[in-house]
Amino acid sequence: MKFITSLILMALLSFSLCIFLPWWSIAIACFLVALCIPQKNWVSFISGFSSLFLLWYGLSFLMSFQNGHLLANRISTLILKQENSFLLVLITALIGGIVGGFAALSGSLIRKNFKHA
Amino acid sequence: MRILFSILSFLLTAALCYVLDTKSVFKLPFGKFLSPQAGIWQNAESFYADFSDNLKFDQLIGKTNVYLDERLVPHVFAENETDAFFVQGYLHAKFRLWQMEFQTMYAAGRASEVVGDVALNHDREFRRLGLVYAAEKSLVEMENDPISKSACDAYTAGVNQYITSLTYSDLPLEYKLLGYQPEKWTNFKSALFLKYMAYDLTGNDKDFEMSDAKASFSKNDFDLLFPSKQDSLDPIIPKNTFFSFATIQPVAPAFADSIYFDFLKDTIAIPEVEMPDQFNGSNNWAVDSSKTKSKFPILCSDPHLKISNPSVWYEMQISTPSANVYGASFPGAPGIIIGFNDSCAFGFTNAGRDVKDYYEIKFKDNSKSEYWFNNKWVNTTRRIEKINIAGKSSIYDTVAYTIFGPVIYDASFSGKNNQVDKSYAVRWSAHDNSNEFKFFYLLNHAKNYSDFQQALPYLKSPGQNCVFACKNGDIALHVQGAFPAKWKGQGEFVMPGFDSSYMWQGMIPQSENPFQYNPVRGFVSSANQRPADSTYPYFIGSNYPLYRGLYLNRKLSSMKDITTTDMMKLQTSNYNVFAEMAIPILLKNIRVEVLNENEKNYYKKLENWGFEYDVNTTAASIFELTWSKLTDTIYNDEYASKPKNTARPYRSTLLDALLRDSSYKFIDNITTYNRETIEDLVTAAFKSASLEAVQLEKQNKLSWAKFKDTHVDHLLKLPGFGAEHLKIGGNENCLNATKSSHGPSWRMIVNLTPNTDAYGIYPGGQSGNPGSRFYDDGIETWAKGNYYNLWMMRAEEKNDSRVKWKMVFSKK
Repeated sequence: MKFITSLILMALLSFSLCIFLPWWSIAIACFLVALCIPQKNWVSFISGFSSLFLLWYGLSFLMSFQNGHLLANRISTLILKQENSFLLVLITALIGGIVGGFAALSGSLIRKNFKHA
Repeated sequence: MRILFSILSFLLTAALCYVLDTKSVFKLPFGKFLSPQAGIWQNAESFYADFSDNLKFDQLIGKTNVYLDERLVPHVFAENETDAFFVQGYLHAKFRLWQMEFQTMYAAGRASEVVGDVALNHDREFRRLGLVYAAEKSLVEMENDPISKSACDAYTAGVNQYITSLTYSDLPLEYKLLGYQPEKWTNFKSALFLKYMAYDLTGNDKDFEMSDAKASFSKNDFDLLFPSKQDSLDPIIPKNTFFSFATIQPVAPAFADSIYFDFLKDTIAIPEVEMPDQFNGSNNWAVDSSKTKSKFPILCSDPHLKISNPSVWYEMQISTPSANVYGASFPGAPGIIIGFNDSCAFGFTNAGRDVKDYYEIKFKDNSKSEYWFNNKWVNTTRRIEKINIAGKSSIYDTVAYTIFGPVIYDASFSGKNNQVDKSYAVRWSAHDNSNEFKFFYLLNHAKNYSDFQQALPYLKSPGQNCVFACKNGDIALHVQGAFPAKWKGQGEFVMPGFDSSYMWQGMIPQSENPFQYNPVRGFVSSANQRPADSTYPYFIGSNYPLYRGLYLNRKLSSMKDITTTDMMKLQTSNYNVFAEMAIPILLKNIRVEVLNENEKNYYKKLENWGFEYDVNTTAASIFELTWSKLTDTIYNDEYASKPKNTARPYRSTLLDALLRDSSYKFIDNITTYNRETIEDLVTAAFKSASLEAVQLEKQNKLSWAKFKDTHVDHLLKLPGFGAEHLKIGGNENCLNATKSSHGPSWRMIVNLTPNTDAYGIYPGGQSGNPGSRFYDDGIETWAKGNYYNLWMMRAEEKNDSRVKWKMVFSKK
């Protein structure tokens, strides 16, 4: 339950912060949620990773889909040397996931420090 | 231990964010770049995007309605002109901002700021050519005129209003890719853009290459290679037209024969710099009511340029109480450039006159502060150019300005490779004061021929063949621009710069520029050919393409009851008069008895060919291969010992020579004992071309479109951002002068009936966003030779089904 709650909270907070702040505010979101909701460290990492992976996957796929993957095909040809919009969406999601995961892990670790102190 | 882990994890997260937010490790800031809420996904324009908007700005005076149609062409209805130009600036920026800014940075020699030192040579060349200097002078002239100043001010305000509203997520894709931000727009940037067009259309010259040809050949040989007359010419203004005497009689300097026309003397190093294509291939014409089915004039214009995306053109309609104009505009400048209003239509081809000459300068010392002129040392003005380079420290380049103009080449700069040991100043007509904004402004407002004439004097550079037609039945064509009055041969070669005798002695008075008004033949036309025959009293050189003009005039003379459909066929015609004239020479001189099966087969193809450069024809490819090999075998032996890049004869020169004389002097290979004949060379060229053709056929690349391989690249040549392998025919000598990366940048046909009936197309789309479906939606239609209907909308048609979105601009 805690896992699902943090996953949803991280996604919602990330999305809201990114409306006003730069993209890296996803790290703040995941960090804060993991700081508040106690979970095992690795579970926190997985929740941060999954949350942002799903959020960024969902958002970029939706935008690309409504665009007929026009842009994704061009950008993937340019930077991945192949016309593969799926791969670009996947890379986007992975970047979100990794940043989210480590931010959540940091939050979880620091929470435990406070507890012990 | 736990604390250490916490700190490590925290630092790792921060480091990840930093690395993904900057270009410190990867070439792109991948986090920022791919983040769905700010990065490139924001540029993935939805197919259901809504362009309607309600915008309120302080600067506006009244209310402006903009109706966007199904192709995203805006129809602007403004209550006054200031608002109209503001809205035009806003729309240009909204749909084309990156391109507008990049083009002007390129023009200003600032490309290195964006793309790094790969552009350094370009930047130095443009600064040294004085493009910025030219734009500064033009800006003063433009701002001295209240009309053009107010138009440009409003336009600039509109662009800046849009720029101010941008956040990172709204930025055009290219800014995110290259990692920079747009700057504020200025009137100066608009001036830079027009000077860039002047460069593109007058920047090609062969003065250095010709100087080496002069130094390498005897006068007799030189005259054979570069004749002053083109046999096959059908000039813009028909032969036998009467021209009055020249009021300016330029005088050749004393001793020019020994100092300037010094054949077989020292060659010089030829700078290796970028040059705009010499043979862009534009056509324009107008037919009067006697030749049309509608009994009203029809005007056609297809300017050919380097084709890239986003296109140099942006289509729009601007309607104000003082004018209602439709056509192609330049993102970067106010007004409509090629189009029509409720009374008349206008279009251009390049005049192609030589308005850029070089002078050899002798400096006192390396400081370049004094040069020898009229028997004394004269001070230069020095301009220090600071060139900023992305990711590197800036460099400074000192450019010395002489009485002629800036010193473009010297030991410190000669383009890419070839080291120049002398100093050369450039005299370029674009350096002179001019206000082309006013020209377009007046043209947009023209109601009749007399208004058109009033506008003309403001067009100084680049010189154009301006075609005009009016609903009252008038048609006209004026060769317009500021053209120097030159003595015969002046500026063909690099000139001595030690005194004033080689300077331009004046400009041809505007009234003495060739023109035609309502001629008896019922049409006016131009296709970049020489404007007049030798009876024109000024020296205008002979370096002009001529075959498109021949075909155009042949067709226009015979056509009757012309419709817009006929004009579309003509404008997209792939018929090649050069091939028509050259093929008989080839067929006559190929020794059929020595041909193998493949070669006989190709020979038959040439024999049965109708000279159409269509998509699927293979004869065109075989002919082009043969002709280029023939040209090589004829001239390569003579050129083997000459400096690299020495000027070569034009295509028409060889064809004219072979038509005249089958024992043309250069046929003989000077490196052999035998005396070669034309049959020897043509047969050998054909056999060698056939060998190549067999290989191409195996790879399925012999059909003309594949052989030529036309493509429309993104301005930065980004892979995946262009359109490749287009199925389009044509050749530089066809009216459809589409080459691999040059072609009809805008095709327009206007039937001047009471309710104007117009058609047009350009290879691109209204949106400059590579993530928009409107980015390149016109390219395929263009390649097929089809047209869109150009809808001159009336305000009361606002509920028409073609209107898809509405933007309202009003005062805050």
